[in-house]
Amino acid sequence: MARYSNNNRDTNRLRPAFAGRLCAGLLAVLSGAANAAWELNLQEPVTAVAKRVYELHSLLLWVIVVIFVGVFAVVAYSLVFHRKSQGHKAATFHDNTTVEIAWTVVPTLILIAIAFPATSALVDMRDTSQPDLTVKVTGYQWKWGYEYLTGDAAGVKYMSVLATPRDQIENKAPKGEHYLLEVDRPLVVPVGKKVRILTTANDVIHNWSVPAFAVKTDAVPGFLRDTWFRAEKEGTYRGQCSELCGKDHGFMPVVVEVVSEEKYAAWVAEQKTQLAAVAEDPNKVWALDELLAHGEKVYTANCAACHQANGEGLPPVFPALDGSKIVMGPKQAHLEMVINGKPGTAMAAFAAQLSDTDIAAVVAYERNAWTNKLGEVIQPAEVKALRGK
Amino acid sequence: MQATSHAGYAGHHDHDSHGHPTGWKRWVTTTNHKDIGTMYLWFSFAMFLVGGAMSLILRAELFTPGLQYVSPEFYNQMLTLHALIMVFGAIMPAFVGFANWMIPMMIGASDMAFARMNNWSFWLLPPAAILLSASIFVPGGAAGTGWTLYPPLSIQMGMGMDMAIFAVHILGMSSIMGSINIVTTILNMRTPGMTLMKMPLFCWTWLVTGFLLIASMPILAGAVTMLLTDRHFGTSFFSAAGGGDPVLFQHIFWFFGHPEVYIIALPAFGVVSHVIPAFSRKPLFGYVSMVYAIAAIGLISFFVWAHHMYVTGIPLTGQLYFMYATMLIAIPTGVKVFNWVTTMWRGSLTFETPMLFALGFLVLFTIGGLTGLVLAMTAVDIQLQDTYYVVAHFHYVMVAGALFSAYAGLYFWLPKWTGHMYNEGLGKLHFWSSMIFFNIAFFPQHFLGLAGMPRRIPDYAQQFADFNVISGIGAFGFGFSQLLVLVVVFQAMKGGAKASSRPWDGAHGLEWTLPSPAPYHTFEDPPVFNQAEAHG
Repeated sequence: MARYSNNNRDTNRLRPAFAGRLCAGLLAVLSGAANAAWELNLQEPVTAVAKRVYELHSLLLWVIVVIFVGVFAVVAYSLVFHRKSQGHKAATFHDNTTVEIAWTVVPTLILIAIAFPATSALVDMRDTSQPDLTVKVTGYQWKWGYEYLTGDAAGVKYMSVLATPRDQIENKAPKGEHYLLEVDRPLVVPVGKKVRILTTANDVIHNWSVPAFAVKTDAVPGFLRDTWFRAEKEGTYRGQCSELCGKDHGFMPVVVEVVSEEKYAAWVAEQKTQLAAVAEDPNKVWALDELLAHGEKVYTANCAACHQANGEGLPPVFPALDGSKIVMGPKQAHLEMVINGKPGTAMAAFAAQLSDTDIAAVVAYERNAWTNKLGEVIQPAEVKALRGK
Repeated sequence: MQATSHAGYAGHHDHDSHGHPTGWKRWVTTTNHKDIGTMYLWFSFAMFLVGGAMSLILRAELFTPGLQYVSPEFYNQMLTLHALIMVFGAIMPAFVGFANWMIPMMIGASDMAFARMNNWSFWLLPPAAILLSASIFVPGGAAGTGWTLYPPLSIQMGMGMDMAIFAVHILGMSSIMGSINIVTTILNMRTPGMTLMKMPLFCWTWLVTGFLLIASMPILAGAVTMLLTDRHFGTSFFSAAGGGDPVLFQHIFWFFGHPEVYIIALPAFGVVSHVIPAFSRKPLFGYVSMVYAIAAIGLISFFVWAHHMYVTGIPLTGQLYFMYATMLIAIPTGVKVFNWVTTMWRGSLTFETPMLFALGFLVLFTIGGLTGLVLAMTAVDIQLQDTYYVVAHFHYVMVAGALFSAYAGLYFWLPKWTGHMYNEGLGKLHFWSSMIFFNIAFFPQHFLGLAGMPRRIPDYAQQFADFNVISGIGAFGFGFSQLLVLVVVFQAMKGGAKASSRPWDGAHGLEWTLPSPAPYHTFEDPPVFNQAEAHG
């Protein structure tokens, strides 16, 4: 009893604000002024596999509509003409082996007929052989890591993080056109090339999904899975993580930019130059200000989702860093926590995700931000020394 | 807890000759199948309201894009508890309640085979419900993993996860004991002359369901125990770092989880197989094929589990096998639908509330079954997996299938339980508002899923906004419509037109030979069973 009324109170508290929204929502629907099309079908396919899936779904839709209409036409006839109020007297039959056999055999034949296109579409979908280009996709809580393994871009490697500003999510700013479906750095692939995607994950199971390609594959920590696509049209294609992966599951979109061969070549060249430019000197000695400025960036991209921008965390699952024992304690323990993570919790090991400089900077930032004023400088070389310990 | 406040009503028809405790002691110590059935039903309704309130929190958050009322973590906790409470706290106990009330009366038995164990099966439920509900308030909150509890996410959770694991253990024990009781009662306590193939179909569905539960619940218990040891005792069943495999959990979970779907659906089929013939005034068509279909569904349900896992990277041959096996289930399910339709054909139909709910079941369950056929096709499923299409699909099967059937049963047997007819106008209002709002809530979710909206997200891109508004309106309408049931049931408990022993002229079965309300003890001597009361 007590539990129930508690829950009810929660809902009641919501009601006034909700009623306003209900009216606003109704108006939006009635006036047709809402910002989106009324999509009634699968997204427009841009790969051969997605086209087959689209066609298979259309075929199935017709099959089930015909079955439904057929069955309920009979029901409707009964409901109208076999009513007691019409004076209809009930028949007494209750068995007929012939019809029983008929309605076992006919559906079986329909199913066998459907099984053929369903099988061949699936066989196509799983054929990941002879790719032009292979990209490893790693799911993190809550972002995607892309690493080009083969092709011109081999060696290019970066993180892809939600680009929608927090203010839009919290309704403090108007929502943009691609709200929640935009990232800082999309996956870039050439048009018409067979791209093989290898998926894995760092922490929990994620799922890399792009509806326009009919691609959806789990990213399982410790295992590799694969899938593929050959996009036939240039453009930007958007999907989302499709396996519940914790707090920000709804905030890790997948964006793939399909570009012409020339643009792709230009993009690769640009990546390679950048790669060379940012290649860090691990022996560089950093000044505190410089280090903190870099550390804040690393913190915002990697740590703030859980520990929050203000360092207060979301206890008890995501502890506060402001005033934390580990942060205020010896720096070695703090560095090791960031490098190795804490097994059995959401605290990931960042050894593979971040460079020595990034780790040094973010740890220095944490030890100097908010009320933590240790004034310490940490150099990349110290991180390097601790790695692998 | 709910039931104690209604001791008075059952007291009316207390023709007990050998005395039993009264007041709250009666409900705590009772071994009477009718009392226990009543408690199961009230418990499940209370849980239905709790789980329903949680779903309204979800729909309120989803009403517009952006984060409005709850944090993403809390949203995840609500969707997890909503599902666990609805599946284990509301739907399953509701049908156990029907089984307790009706099976002894249908087969001419004086009570359940193990009357004391029956009491214990029920009283295990409240502690489990308390564990689940209280987990919201512990540090870290409830499990936020979805009801499927997939590791490694479930390894990251706080102590709310452990509470959910223990709740699942307790619920499993309750279900296994309840099933052993029901199976034993059905196999051993039928009145002379009632052979298995003359047994009411509701008993058949529960016989098969009982075996499914006994076979599958220990598997779930094993899976969550492995989670528990992974969490606290350093094992690595599901951790690749220790040589385990996260996907192993999914295989074990769904080896339980798919039979679970039919554990919920089969008793619902049973209820509908009583209601449709009664209001068609015509015997059930194809009794024998119905029994075979139930058995076939029960059996096949153990061999299709990985159709929930098409995107986990199982091999192509595995995907093909599970696709074909899943398609097979459509055949016996189709047979059942065709039999119900033919039962109505050339009947003499009337449309009282139980019949309306049975028809609602038939229409909506068929829609859910047909979208299930679409999802069986691996290539299409990969496109729709973890989208709102799946959410729509299983709510058509679970809500419109199981819940509508439970309401059909409630209105059908309420006169037998209370001795009064319920208010037909309110009953019909309940049906129509449920039917309309249900479709407003869930039909648009098919479109959302096709367009690619993932499930289990607290916020979404703007192209999904319109259908979410519609779905939200439907959900609130549906939710508040359910309060009508309380009014109808209280009215029937308090008074109203006297019900005759057979208030529905087309109803057959031993339960209708008993007075209404059914006396506290019935069939102390086995009744004579003749063809007139047989089901087929």
